Amino acid sequence: MKILVGYKRVVDYNVRIQVKPDGSGVVTEGVKLSPNPFDDIALEEALRLRDKGIATEVVVATIGPADCQAHLRNGLAMGANRAIHVVADQAVQPLTAARALLKLAEKEQPQLVLLGKQAIDDDSNQTGQMLATLWGRPQATFASKLEIAGDKATVTREVDAGLETLEVDLPAVVTTDLRLNEPRFIKLPDIMKAKSKPIETIAFADLGVESGDHLKTTAYAPPPKRSKGVMVKDVAELVSALKAKGLV
Amino acid sequence: MSRILIVAEHLDGKLNPATARCVSCAQAIGGEIHVAVLAEAPEAVAAEAAKIAGVAKVLTVANAANAKPVAQVLAPQVAALAKDYSHVLGPSTTFGKDLMPCVAALLGLAQVSDVMAVEGPHTFKRPIYAGNAIITVEAPAGMTVVATVRTASWPAAGEGGDATVEAAAVEVALPAHTRYLGLQQGKSDRPDLQSAGKVVSGGRALGSADNFKLIYSLADRLGAAVGASRAAVDAGYVPNELQVGQTGKIIAPELYIAVGISGAIQHLTGIKDAGTIVAINKDPEAPIFEVADYGLVGDLFQILPELEKAL
Ligand SMILES: Cc1cc2nc3c(=O)[nH]c(=O)nc-3n(C[C@H](O)[C@H](O)[C@H](O)COP(=O)(O)OP(=O)(O)OC[C@H]3O[C@@H](n4cnc5c(N)ncnc54)[C@H](O)[C@@H]3O)c2cc1C
Ligand SMILES: Nc1ncnc2c1ncn2[C@@H]1O[C@H](COP(=O)(O)O)[C@@H](O)[C@H]1O
Repeated sequence: MKILVGYKRVVDYNVRIQVKPDGSGVVTEGVKLSPNPFDDIALEEALRLRDKGIATEVVVATIGPADCQAHLRNGLAMGANRAIHVVADQAVQPLTAARALLKLAEKEQPQLVLLGKQAIDDDSNQTGQMLATLWGRPQATFASKLEIAGDKATVTREVDAGLETLEVDLPAVVTTDLRLNEPRFIKLPDIMKAKSKPIETIAFADLGVESGDHLKTTAYAPPPKRSKGVMVKDVAELVSALKAKGLV
Repeated sequence: MSRILIVAEHLDGKLNPATARCVSCAQAIGGEIHVAVLAEAPEAVAAEAAKIAGVAKVLTVANAANAKPVAQVLAPQVAALAKDYSHVLGPSTTFGKDLMPCVAALLGLAQVSDVMAVEGPHTFKRPIYAGNAIITVEAPAGMTVVATVRTASWPAAGEGGDATVEAAAVEVALPAHTRYLGLQQGKSDRPDLQSAGKVVSGGRALGSADNFKLIYSLADRLGAAVGASRAAVDAGYVPNELQVGQTGKIIAPELYIAVGISGAIQHLTGIKDAGTIVAINKDPEAPIFEVADYGLVGDLFQILPELEKAL
C-alpha cells in the first residue's frame, strides 16, 4: 500500500520566537527551519510500515514556498520514495492545506495518510481532521500506536482521559502524537541518495483548490510576562510564604 | 445578536467541566447560549448542562451511535444543528480538538483554535508558537464562527441556571467506518488535572516510577492533582494523561509545584496561567525559575520529605 505523509516546514522547536516590535509578525529572518516534529514522526511511522513490508511506497507532500525543496530533500533522505511540492507563495491555513491534500489523496489514492497532530508554528491542530472529513474517510487523531491488518487499522489515541482505541477502515487519516515513535537520524549516504529521488512540483493555482484562508491576523503580541518571583532559602521559608498566601 | 451553540463534552454520563468554561467564553461573545448534548441517553448530562448559569437552552440528540465520542460520527450531526447559529464552540480538549475541525470542514469554514480572549463577535486572541506569540484573528463577518475554547483561559460559569431541555431532530447519514474499541483510563481518586486548584508535577529528575511516589504523596498531602513533564511520561514513570504542556494539558491551577522539571518552553506553555508557581530544582540556572513565584534550589529527594513534614 501507499502512504502519503504531510510534511510541513516550520521554525525549529528550539528557536525562541520573538514578536517584531511593531506587532506585524514574528521574526523569521535567519531562524532555523526544520520539519514539523510531528511530521517527522509521521514519516518515521510510514517508513517503519514499509520496513515491515506493509507499505510499498511512501510519499511526502508539502504545501509551501519555492524554497521548500531542501526541506523535501530532507524527507527523501530520511527514506521517502518521492515527494510532492505544492508551491504556494504564502503560508496556507489548515482548511486550504486540507483541500490541497485532498487533491493529492484523490490523485495518489493512498491507503493511509499520516499527518502530524499539529504544526508547531500555527498550533492549529485541524488539518488531519479536515482532510478526513472532506475525503469522507475515518480519522484517528493523536496516535501513539498504529497497527495495520488487511484493510483495517487499529489506533491507540492519547486522549485526556487516557488511551482510547479505535478500529478504522482504510483508507484513513491518522495524526501522530509524540510517543508514536522516535524518528531516525539521517545518515550522510542517504543525503546523497536523496538527490536522485523525484520531487514533483505543482503550482497551487493548478490544483484547482478554492482557498479557505478565511482568517485574518490583525496583530501579533508577545505573551503577558509573569513577573519574576523570589528565591527562598529553605523549606520553612517556602511553607510560610505559601501559608501567607493561603495556598496551603 | 449572536446565537451560540456549545458542544458538550461528557464521559460516563457526566458533563466535563470544560463545557462550563466554554459558556464563559460564549458570554464574552454575547448572545443566546445553547448547549448540545449528543449521547446515547443524554438526559443526565443535559440536566447538568441546564444548570449552568447563562445557558438558555439545551438541545439533546439521542442516538446509539453517539454512545462514544467518534468525531466523524458526531460531526455531521453538529453541522446540521449549526445552521441556526452564528457561533459553534467546543472545548480545546482532545474531544473538541478531534471534533470541531470536522464540523468546520463540513461547513466549509476555517476554524479558530484555542480562543483565549474575545475582542468582538468575530475577533479573537489565540496563542501560536507554543504560546510565544498571541495573535488577534478576525473571522469573516458574514460566516458562522467555528472555534475551540482554550479552557485554561476561562473560568467555569457557575451554577444556578434553569435552561429548557429540548430534543433536537437531526436527520443525517452517519458513517460506519470507525469502531470504538475501548478506553484505558488511569483510575484515580485524586482531583482531575484539568480542573484541580492545586497541582504537583514531577519531571525526569524523579528517575523512576517508584520515586514518583514522592510526588503522589505530596499531592495527597495537599489535596492536589498530579502532573508530569513529557520526559517523565516518555520514561514511563507516569501515564500519558498526566502530561502538562504544549502537547499535553494546558492548566491553570491556583498553585503549581514543579519538581525536578527544567522548564522547557513546551512545558511552560501549559502552566502560564497558574496562580502561583513553585519550582524545586537543583540547578539554580534552570529556566523554570524565570517563571516561578517561589524558587527553591536543592535536591528534591531531600526537599520533598522535608516539605511534606512541614505542611
Ligand atoms: C514538539 C514538542 C512538544 C513538546 N511538548 C511537551 C509538553 O507538552 N510537555 C513537556 O513537559 N514537554 C514537552 N516537550 C519536551 C520539552 O522540550 C522537554 O524536553 C521536557 O519538558 C523536559 O522534561 P524535564 O524538565 O522533566 O526534563 P529535563 O529537561 O531533563 O530536566 C530535569 C531537571 O531536573 C533537575 N534535577 C535533576 N536532578 C534533580 C534532583 N535530584 N533534585 C532537583 N532537581 C533535579 C535538573 O536540574 C533539570 O532542570 C515537547 C518537545 C517537543 C519537541
Ligand atoms: N502546508 C502544509 N504542508 C504539508 N503538510 C501540512 C501543511 N499544513 C498542515 N500540514 C499537515 O497537517 C498537520 C497539522 O497541521 P495544523 O492543522 O496546521 O496544526 C501538520 O503536522 C502536517 O502534517
